[in-house]
Amino acid sequence: MSKSDPNAPKRLALIASKGTLDWAYPPFILASAAGAMGWEVGIFFTFYGLTLLKPKLSAAVTPLGNPAMPMKMPFGPEGFQNINWPIPQLVMANVPGFNALATTLMKQTFENKGVATIEELRQMCIDLDVRMIGCQMTMDVFGFKREDFIKECEIGGAATFLEYAADADVQLFI
Amino acid sequence: MDVIKEDQVLDCTGMLCPMPVVKTTKAMKELQSGQILKMIATDPGAPPDMEAWSRQTGNELLRSTTEDGKFVFYLKKK
Repeated sequence: MSKSDPNAPKRLALIASKGTLDWAYPPFILASAAGAMGWEVGIFFTFYGLTLLKPKLSAAVTPLGNPAMPMKMPFGPEGFQNINWPIPQLVMANVPGFNALATTLMKQTFENKGVATIEELRQMCIDLDVRMIGCQMTMDVFGFKREDFIKECEIGGAATFLEYAADADVQLFI
Repeated sequence: MDVIKEDQVLDCTGMLCPMPVVKTTKAMKELQSGQILKMIATDPGAPPDMEAWSRQTGNELLRSTTEDGKFVFYLKKK
């Protein structure tokens, strides 16, 4: 219990509620950074965030209905890469494979800039003993089974997370 | 400026947050207490992050400087 023991490490409690590529980054980045600083870290994966605990990650991103997302090219001259392409929402919604294209472009941009992949960040969290809790209710709702998720995670509910978060120094909902 | 003799070098050139912090932690685990790690990074977020990392972990940041356009940190294991 971090509060009762003044020498206990700081604790970070996160809720990861989104499963898209863009939103998969914040919980894993914060968790690995906190783990690297010697903090105790727990992440509660709920709703769409639960899919981030699947062995094979397939997180994608869509610019549709996501107007703040820059649409840039990860190749070509610098001036070309800096162009923010004004693609109409109607095109995004109707061109087959547009999400796959946007996902590929974002992954390539991240790789070019030196950002780790979600797979790498998750493995670092595992290596740093980050506690990962998959939401039982979400499993029931979407028809997932325990074996659909990585063995390093545990399964629990709201009470499991709240008990952990009650003694945390930082709690964030992502 | 005094010359600091490092025991180990970690090159985080080209890596962005949180990789320099995570790699530094891993590298520090290999060192003995009192030994010094020289870490090189190009992420502009590294200087404030390494200061925070030092305060949080208790490993002393002996020096934070720039060499050849890169950020260089000397960290002493507690």
